[in-house]
Amino acid sequence: MSVVLENVTKVFEDGQRPGGHVRAVDGVSLEVSDGELVTLLGPSGCGKTTALRIIAGFETPTAGRVLIDGQDVSRLPPHARNTAMVFQSYAIFPHLTVSQNVAFGLQMRGASKDEIASRVQAILELVGLAGLQHRSPEQLSGGQQQRVALARAIITEPRVLLFDEPLSNLDAKLREQMRGEVRKLQRRLAITSLYVTHDQAEAMALSDRIIVMNAGRVQQAGAPLEIYARPANRFVADFIGRVNFLHGQVREVGPDRIRLDVRGRSLEVPVQRADLRVGAVASLLVRPETIRLAPVQGTGPGTFVGTVRRVTYLGPTAEYEIDWDGTPLLAVSGSPLEHGLLSEGARVAFDFPAATVHLLPHAPDGTG
Amino acid sequence: MGIQSVARWWDQSVRDLRRLRDEPLLLVAIAALFGLLLLFILYPLARVLTVSLFPDGAFSLRLYGQLLGSWFIRQAFLNSVAMGILTAVGGTAIGFLFAFTLTRTDIPGKSLLTLAAILPIISPPFVSALAIILLFGNNGLITRQLLGLQEFAIYGMRGLLLAQVLTFFPVAYLTLRGVLESLGGSLEDAAMNLGATRWKAFRRVTLPLCLPGIASALLVLFIESIADFGNPLILGGSGFPVLSVQVYLQVTGMYDLPGGAALAVILLVPSVIAFLVQRYWVSRKRYVTVSGKPTRAVIRAASPGVQWLLFAACGAVALFVLLFYATILVGAFSRAWGADHTPTWRNFGYVLGVGAQAIQDTLIVAVTASPLAGFLGMAIAFLAIRRRFPGRRALEFISILNFAVPGTVIGIGYILAFNQRPLLLTGTATILIANFLFRYIPVGIQSGMAGLRQIDPAIEEAATNLGASTPVTFRRITLPLLVPAFFSGLVFSFVRAMTAISAAIFLVSADWNLMTVQILSQTEAGRLGAAAAFSVLLILIILAAIGTIRLILGQFFEYRYQATFG
Repeated sequence: MSVVLENVTKVFEDGQRPGGHVRAVDGVSLEVSDGELVTLLGPSGCGKTTALRIIAGFETPTAGRVLIDGQDVSRLPPHARNTAMVFQSYAIFPHLTVSQNVAFGLQMRGASKDEIASRVQAILELVGLAGLQHRSPEQLSGGQQQRVALARAIITEPRVLLFDEPLSNLDAKLREQMRGEVRKLQRRLAITSLYVTHDQAEAMALSDRIIVMNAGRVQQAGAPLEIYARPANRFVADFIGRVNFLHGQVREVGPDRIRLDVRGRSLEVPVQRADLRVGAVASLLVRPETIRLAPVQGTGPGTFVGTVRRVTYLGPTAEYEIDWDGTPLLAVSGSPLEHGLLSEGARVAFDFPAATVHLLPHAPDGTG
Repeated sequence: MGIQSVARWWDQSVRDLRRLRDEPLLLVAIAALFGLLLLFILYPLARVLTVSLFPDGAFSLRLYGQLLGSWFIRQAFLNSVAMGILTAVGGTAIGFLFAFTLTRTDIPGKSLLTLAAILPIISPPFVSALAIILLFGNNGLITRQLLGLQEFAIYGMRGLLLAQVLTFFPVAYLTLRGVLESLGGSLEDAAMNLGATRWKAFRRVTLPLCLPGIASALLVLFIESIADFGNPLILGGSGFPVLSVQVYLQVTGMYDLPGGAALAVILLVPSVIAFLVQRYWVSRKRYVTVSGKPTRAVIRAASPGVQWLLFAACGAVALFVLLFYATILVGAFSRAWGADHTPTWRNFGYVLGVGAQAIQDTLIVAVTASPLAGFLGMAIAFLAIRRRFPGRRALEFISILNFAVPGTVIGIGYILAFNQRPLLLTGTATILIANFLFRYIPVGIQSGMAGLRQIDPAIEEAATNLGASTPVTFRRITLPLLVPAFFSGLVFSFVRAMTAISAAIFLVSADWNLMTVQILSQTEAGRLGAAAAFSVLLILIILAAIGTIRLILGQFFEYRYQATFG
């Protein structure tokens, strides 16, 4: 089963301004292939949840089409779509028991009593809720409610599984555990899945592919590694992980590498970009964890020098705010247990491997 | 609205309709609802308008000219409006006093105060008037017996104001109690934490936040007072005419239906204005206090001295209310009020003899109409809040509209609308049931909406998502979750149906009579003991019904989850 959005737009009335309109989703096209788990990632209000609800049928698109397995479902009411959704609030029916909740979808499909009983039993075992079938939802912990919601969704063997920030109500530890379980289950059942979240770590950990959205539009689609290493624009670079933007002047554009001048030092970056010409200013994207720091012992060639302004000790890592002749830089070191901590005010030499740097055309207004 | 937005609205309507096409059952339900509301709410009102505007078959303002030319009618109009304003101010003040005292202090005797604030709601609206006559009338216990006064002018403005304030302040109390409870205590805590004294916290935080609620209560009480029929009929007399009574007298006294209709339209004007202001202005101004859980109300909001002051004030009002009910009770068991107070069952014997039919009729009508009103109310609330279809706003508006229309106006409208074939309903039980049903739908809708707002929309979406169509979702998920709201709406509309008088008095007949109408005619005939006994019976029936519903609810449903899910 595959899911395709074709040029989908959704315009809402703006409740604040009479007569005003908001383009919640603006010409979005995307595809989720059979068995794949794709994440829609973006800040709140970027249209990711609206896109998900359009697939489920809770919203009708203003323009564009929704195809499930090649069939146009844009005009199908939600109850006839056979998509299953795991809601942010779980949306467990409070007046039904655990097994009644899980059985609901099968009852709607007219399954026989025996079939329902055996499948509910099996699915509850699968999600680790065996023995709790007669509990009422209020007697469950947050994690258990989450499992009920999951079991209720997958028991119908939906064409698509839709996740609407399902883990955001769990505490941090449980969230990490559950995201592992969700991934395992999804792989095992091979259900085509679309997962909405604003948590980039969750997206990284779960997804085959990530689609980054902002202001109703798709910013970039790709595998987690690709999106992190080669963000398509400044928004993506900034939203996923943290990044330092440095400037450099393009000196030479080769077939597979670009040579730049960064504050008097020459740097060869192994990327291809057709939009960078010799003489142009480029933004260098340097991830904080790629910066290597060392206390200054004389000015060696090939390194930059700055001053440590602030040290934040985080346990496994330490973060350093470095003043590089007026430019603030963020660097993340390895384990302070191994490397020790630098002190505030100290002079540091630093460097970063050219292979980890990504280039974008420089836009003075910071948009691109 | 520009062409573009009209086009967009049209597009949206077409799209919504197309969606409905896939759910034929829903479409049929919506169409049926529209049909019923048009027939039983809008059509009678339209009849009132046309009859008054086309007195001789052609358009003419003659009737309005005649009526407004009469000094007596102009006085009645001014009296109604003045009474509305005074009752609104007085009732809201007392309502706020009760609400604040009961939510913000820890005085003793709270349950007695609550009882005093609830009793008037579950009794016929003219019980106060009856009690006032028993106490302060020409043969009144206090005026005549205790003070020996011969001519004490309780009839007229003073007596009516007293009766209306004591009858309607509970409505303001319930509204404002809700507001004060939803404010929680943390805002006052915060104000005091920032250095405000109790008085300043009240003046600068509590009171401003209550203003929309207060405005709303004022308008609702104004509407209730203008529509009130029983109290002014008993207490107004010819010295203090009010419009609602004049409409009735015009129709039944002078057999002048078109004139009554024109008067009804005049009566409608201030009510509808107040309703529109309430709905489109005040309700927009409501503050939303953002908070996950209701915090425990502070009981530090008033100093001990102020607390006792509040207690004394509430206690005085409560004593008055309870005195009224005690009077009714004693009156019901007295041989001859004012002359012979020997306990007797005679009044009850009389009432059960003469009034047995009326009691049975009242029960049949109320028991039929209120569950239907409750169910329809839930359905409309569900559609209005959770489904999109063209005319959704209109559906909600029409069904709430009846709240603003005084009962007398509706009564005339029903006579005019349903007195000929094929809609010949006058004199039947159907017309009474329809009247109550559509009059108390707003109650059901309001409690349905309140209940729905407690239910996360995702719960219904989850059902749809799992394959349940709209009707199945409503039946399997929404309705069971709305059971508490349904029953509270049911209780309220049952009480209203049992105690209503203003519209019903036009619709009763020899075959179908109601207890309230009987009480009124006994009062008018001077048989106060019988009227009191009738009132006691009515209140007892209502209490028994509420008790039964509570018992059923407690027995079969345990709604513990409401607190944990939202």
